[in-house]
Amino acid sequence: MTTPNHTTIVAEKGKQEFFITREFDAPREMVFKAFSEPDLLMQWLGPDNMEMEIEKFDNRSGGSYRFIHTDCNGSGMKFAFNGAIHEVAAPERVIRTFEFEGLPERGHVSLEFLTMEVLPGNRTLLKIQSVFKSVEDRDGLINSGMEGGLNAGFRKLDALFLKGI
Amino acid sequence: MEIRRDVFQAIADPTRRAILSLIALQAMTPNALAEHFDTSRQAVSKHIKILTECQLVKQEQSGREIYYHFNPKKMKEVADWLAPFTKMWEDRFSRLDNVLNNLKKKK
Repeated sequence: MTTPNHTTIVAEKGKQEFFITREFDAPREMVFKAFSEPDLLMQWLGPDNMEMEIEKFDNRSGGSYRFIHTDCNGSGMKFAFNGAIHEVAAPERVIRTFEFEGLPERGHVSLEFLTMEVLPGNRTLLKIQSVFKSVEDRDGLINSGMEGGLNAGFRKLDALFLKGI
Repeated sequence: MEIRRDVFQAIADPTRRAILSLIALQAMTPNALAEHFDTSRQAVSKHIKILTECQLVKQEQSGREIYYHFNPKKMKEVADWLAPFTKMWEDRFSRLDNVLNNLKKKK
């Protein structure tokens, strides 16, 4: 059995997509709001060690967005992302594109489907499906998540060192 | 004396982690990579040298250009492939839990 708020990520080998599911202990309208309002989005989307700036967030069908994350840990590096918003069907569905601007060439765009389903007890099931242009693009994005995980790995190592291993 | 290079030493530095994050997404030429940093080309090359010595980065010639590739096999010594990505989302969603709890309190 998994805990109710467990994050599940499925990325099958050789496929151009991944799936993320997560339950939230809040009604669907509220979860949708946390994904839609810039001041709320800024509180959770950016990594802990990054400062997030919302340059543009026109969250409606036919709209677009551009977010910039700046590393606060010395490198000062900026990571910018942008996309076009295909459909916003509040409070159940958002379909949009995603592109990381740090790549040497344009065109490595993915398509994201976000759906929110009502669960009993005022709970919500979030599903994210991301579809990429190639398997390499998908694997590249998954590999880019390593930094946060590595930092967590270091904290575990530090704890081991404190215990004298 | 030969200095021992290992993966943990390589990723202890924030600039080297930033370099890996970039080339993990796509192989890059030295010029394309250097454009992302305020530091000198020499400083970036030095980081690349260390990353290459511990096999996290591979260099491949393609025509006139050299491309830096990320070597994910080596990264598995540090963490399972999907685990860090999952961790990133778990962190993000636990912050979202807090945002939702605050919204509920305001009601």
